[in-house]
Amino acid sequence: MTKPIVLIPHAPGTNRDGDAAHAIEMAGGEPRIVTLHALRADARPFREAEALLIPGGFSYGDALGAGQRWALDLSLFFLDELREFVESGKRVLGICNGFQVLVKAGLLPGDQAEGEPRNVTLTHNERGYFDCRWVHLSINPNSTASYLREIEGPIFCPIAHGEGNFQVRDEATLHRLTEDNLIAFRYVDRNGAPANGRFPLNPSGSVADIAGISNAKGNVLGLMPHPENHIMAVQNPVSNEGKGVGLALFEAMLG
Amino acid sequence: MTIRIQVAPRNSVTATQLVQDAHALGLAGVEALYPQRLYFLSDTLSAESLQRLCATLLADPVTEAATWMASHEAPPAARGHLIEVSYRPGVTDIEARELERGMAELGLPDLHAATGTRYEIEGDLDEAALRRLARQLLANETVQHWSLGPIHPTFVREAAPDDTVEAVPLDLLSDDTLLTLSRERLLSLDLAEMKTIRDHFAAEGRAPTDVELETLAQTWSEHCVHKTFRATINFTQRAADGTVERTTQIKGLLRHFLRRATEQIAPDWLHSAFVDNAGIIAFDGENDLAFKVETHNHPSALEPFGGANTGIGGVVRDIIGISARPIATTDVLCFGPQDFPPDELPEGILHPRRIASGVVAGIADYGNKLGLPTVNGAVLYDEGYLGNPLVYCGCVGLLPHGSHRTTPQVGDQIVALGGRTGRDGLHGATFSSAELTVETVEEAGSAVQIGDPITEKGLIELIEAARDEELYSAITDCGAGGFSSAVGEMGAELGVDVELSKVPLKYPGLRPWEIWLSEAQERIVVAVPPEKLARLQTLADEWEVECTVLGRLTGHHRLVVRYEGIAVADMPMDFLHDGLPQRTMEALWQASPHPASLRSAVPLPTSGEGGATNALLLRMLADPNVASNEAIIRRYDHEIRGGSIVRPLVGPMMDGPADAALLKPRGTWGHNMAFTLSNGINPWFGQLDPYRMALSTIDEAIRNAVAVGADPDRIAILDNFCWGNPTYPDRLGSLVRACEGCYDGALAYNTPFISGKDSLYNEFEGRPIPGTLLISAISIVPDYHHHATSAFKAAGNLIYLLGDTKAELGGSLLHRLLEIEGGEVPDLPANALNHYRALHEAIRSGWIAAAHDLSEGGVAVALAEMALAGRLGATVSIPKESTLSPTEWLFSESNGRLLLEVAPQHRAELAALFSGMPLHSLGHVSEEPTLRIDSDEGPLIDLALDDIVKAWRGV
Repeated sequence: MTKPIVLIPHAPGTNRDGDAAHAIEMAGGEPRIVTLHALRADARPFREAEALLIPGGFSYGDALGAGQRWALDLSLFFLDELREFVESGKRVLGICNGFQVLVKAGLLPGDQAEGEPRNVTLTHNERGYFDCRWVHLSINPNSTASYLREIEGPIFCPIAHGEGNFQVRDEATLHRLTEDNLIAFRYVDRNGAPANGRFPLNPSGSVADIAGISNAKGNVLGLMPHPENHIMAVQNPVSNEGKGVGLALFEAMLG
Repeated sequence: MTIRIQVAPRNSVTATQLVQDAHALGLAGVEALYPQRLYFLSDTLSAESLQRLCATLLADPVTEAATWMASHEAPPAARGHLIEVSYRPGVTDIEARELERGMAELGLPDLHAATGTRYEIEGDLDEAALRRLARQLLANETVQHWSLGPIHPTFVREAAPDDTVEAVPLDLLSDDTLLTLSRERLLSLDLAEMKTIRDHFAAEGRAPTDVELETLAQTWSEHCVHKTFRATINFTQRAADGTVERTTQIKGLLRHFLRRATEQIAPDWLHSAFVDNAGIIAFDGENDLAFKVETHNHPSALEPFGGANTGIGGVVRDIIGISARPIATTDVLCFGPQDFPPDELPEGILHPRRIASGVVAGIADYGNKLGLPTVNGAVLYDEGYLGNPLVYCGCVGLLPHGSHRTTPQVGDQIVALGGRTGRDGLHGATFSSAELTVETVEEAGSAVQIGDPITEKGLIELIEAARDEELYSAITDCGAGGFSSAVGEMGAELGVDVELSKVPLKYPGLRPWEIWLSEAQERIVVAVPPEKLARLQTLADEWEVECTVLGRLTGHHRLVVRYEGIAVADMPMDFLHDGLPQRTMEALWQASPHPASLRSAVPLPTSGEGGATNALLLRMLADPNVASNEAIIRRYDHEIRGGSIVRPLVGPMMDGPADAALLKPRGTWGHNMAFTLSNGINPWFGQLDPYRMALSTIDEAIRNAVAVGADPDRIAILDNFCWGNPTYPDRLGSLVRACEGCYDGALAYNTPFISGKDSLYNEFEGRPIPGTLLISAISIVPDYHHHATSAFKAAGNLIYLLGDTKAELGGSLLHRLLEIEGGEVPDLPANALNHYRALHEAIRSGWIAAAHDLSEGGVAVALAEMALAGRLGATVSIPKESTLSPTEWLFSESNGRLLLEVAPQHRAELAALFSGMPLHSLGHVSEEPTLRIDSDEGPLIDLALDDIVKAWRGV
């Protein structure tokens, strides 16, 4: 059986591409890290890939807001490729900076009308600075990303970000995200109970404890925490037993 | 007409941290502070374009709103007072650069951009208070300017190229005038050196050019050639009563103590020591590990963010410069007390709080953006660092064995890679050899820079790819001295001919000497065979790194530097590299009296009576030098690259102190070997006895590594000395004693030094810092499955103390808290290496549930830390055989000691393994959440775990 090819684009400042590639390999996929420079010259990797993973990092040094410049690149240079990719039903995963890029490029939650401003964003952590710590994530059993149902939650993995505070324009937006099951992951405590905004369970101050969302079709998914940094039991800081739970997300995505 | 754009949050909230910082500076009148971002464009745009620019790049549509206006129009009135801040021209401003690039992508006109910050301030503040707020908190005048009204943008000025080269006649100058010239041009050369230069050019019958003079000053600087560590030293040692104990002549501290130790130990796994940018040891047969630790003290004193930022950038570049892939960073920081009264702060220095927050932010910014886990470090606080903080930055790299090429050939092209060159950091190398004074800020402002981690990240990727394709024959990074050092070093054997007008500049108008000396960050120089240039260019494009041919290696053994074809420097390489006159220096060590003398009225608790010892232990746990550094640690990414097996914080709540980091490099999961990073530092020992400080810090770095699982026979160490002005015999005398300790300590543990660095002249207004030696250790762990952490694991397990406790309280935390001077500084215990070998075997056998090193605060603090890390209690008693007073036993800081937790079933095996060694049974881990320490006369310590956690964590 051939391994599914996963395209991992690399912008200047991307830095969790290698961790993402490691997770894809362990989940049985074939990662392909390709620089934006190379993709602009030749967009074939988009067509050859069965999934797209936009990895974490500090693309363009987070200048002008995390993910903003990369989102501009995507909308200016790769609009057709992305549209085709998403419409064909292929899976797209954005982690951390990748999630920021998907949100700022309008691909998540993906319901924004042409020319209208975004209704959701990822902004500076409530406490105002970068934070690195392990968190627990509950999985919405009714998520539009139906493959998430195969994963046993909650997922335990680290965050490492300064702009992971998910916010919405208004109550209506939050209501719609909730009703349409676009909220994929929420911050919870170690027993699975809601964080209810409490620091450090919800480390960034996200509204409704939101850690990740999906599009209506369920094939585009983004989250701030790093499941790719918990793919082996030895990476677990609390107990060195059991299967690395972040790996399950990549296995399900490729499954 | 220029355009001003203001971006404000929709729900405006006060910046709580800034308000707190203002209060800490004594500006209690600040009630609320609202920051907004400012962008400036050098020319006008259509309203439609501005709208588009703001919507796509500048303002978040959910959380922010943008307004714009012509710069000469009055911006909307501020709530309360107004302070605006923007960068000085030429300072790295990544936001502005990305804005310019983004505008180009959007097809907007090619304009210059600048950025700033607007602060609206509510509160009762007069103009003097606002000025203080601006200068001491909101702006740093080294890199920024500020205004109490709307600020006007500073765009990089348009300037014509400047080919001015000055001849500097020296032949008729008197000694005094030579020294004045050295001082005024910031050359930091002494009289003998100036005379050598004068005579060299007199013999050539011409005056040196400014390019030549500056090149010599850089190449001969303390920073580049370590004149003090190579000098001949006449050393006198006196006893406490003043009698001369010995006099000796030392032919170079580096050669006589540090290198000699390494040469005598010379293990087969050591591949490179002291010759390159970093030391290199074998890792797994296929790959090697490189480790380097640097300091960036003076820049961090003036501009904490930029100084620490480029400190990380610099040490990472050192690792790139030996062809290794950087995989982890470390940082050890020494600051003044955070609660130092602002009104007692000497003129000309920043408050320690501001230095600390800026330094931490600078390290976090650079390390996190490069994608490197920052996994080991320490933070020390002492008044001795008030005017001169210490910022040690370390970096580890991984490289395939034998892949670092160091043999440039005649005809190879000299290629500059990475960032552009500006006036950044001119005189950085010579500035580091000058003491800080009130005026330093004004004189040396240009010596401090802000980094650009994204450009350095591109270099990391490019160099790894170029190394694997064998595209270069030699590589070196542009550190202190810029191209002058990098190219001068690369061409030392063969000679070079380079053309400065080819160097890509950030802005025009630099003179040739400025281009040649600039210390702009993120630049690497490689020697490339001509046939490989095209491929290098392709890779550079791929990783978006600028790549420029500057010249070639000639074989004529001269340094030839041209500007538009005309030679502006032409010197023989042997004069540049071997012309420096040997220094002879005087050093004196006067021992301090050993008997402890009580200075304070605080009585030493003699028993647990009345809870005095409880209170003392809680005070120790809350002391800034012991308490949790979690607030700092969490600002750094310690998870990236997926190899952090033991992180800086351990235990079920992930908040206990780790002794060392245990790391597994990505790409090596095919085998079980891993490595640890640890450190030892204790300036308080050094105040009394620098020799024993060196022994103690070596032991500390090693025992921290062993505690986590390192093989004691696979440990390599690095020395970093931060000292005062070595031209004073007392400063140099204590440095000599520390070096003697380094030699004896390395031999005692059979542990080689593989790299080192000295930062001297750390003084403020004539007061030296405490002589501070950092020992950093990198160690191999044969199988990462067999490791230990400090957290107690299970109730009922036994607690042992490995090593003997002696009455060694000189420089201890106890003495510092009780203001007791003098006392016996911990010596090296006998046979410690064998004890560590036994412990390593016990860890590999799986018998050690937890291990923790004993350092500041001794047994008492270490037990409390193991309990809080594991959220379990402990019940222990002082061993019957102890002849010490309870206070000595609890708080002595004797070396060579660790606490061990062992399951009862391994009791006999452990006893057999440690037979004949000092392994003391103390008690057991308990479910009950209390720490109890008993003596014959009754309980000494009886503390609830909650109180211990609260004291240590501060929350």
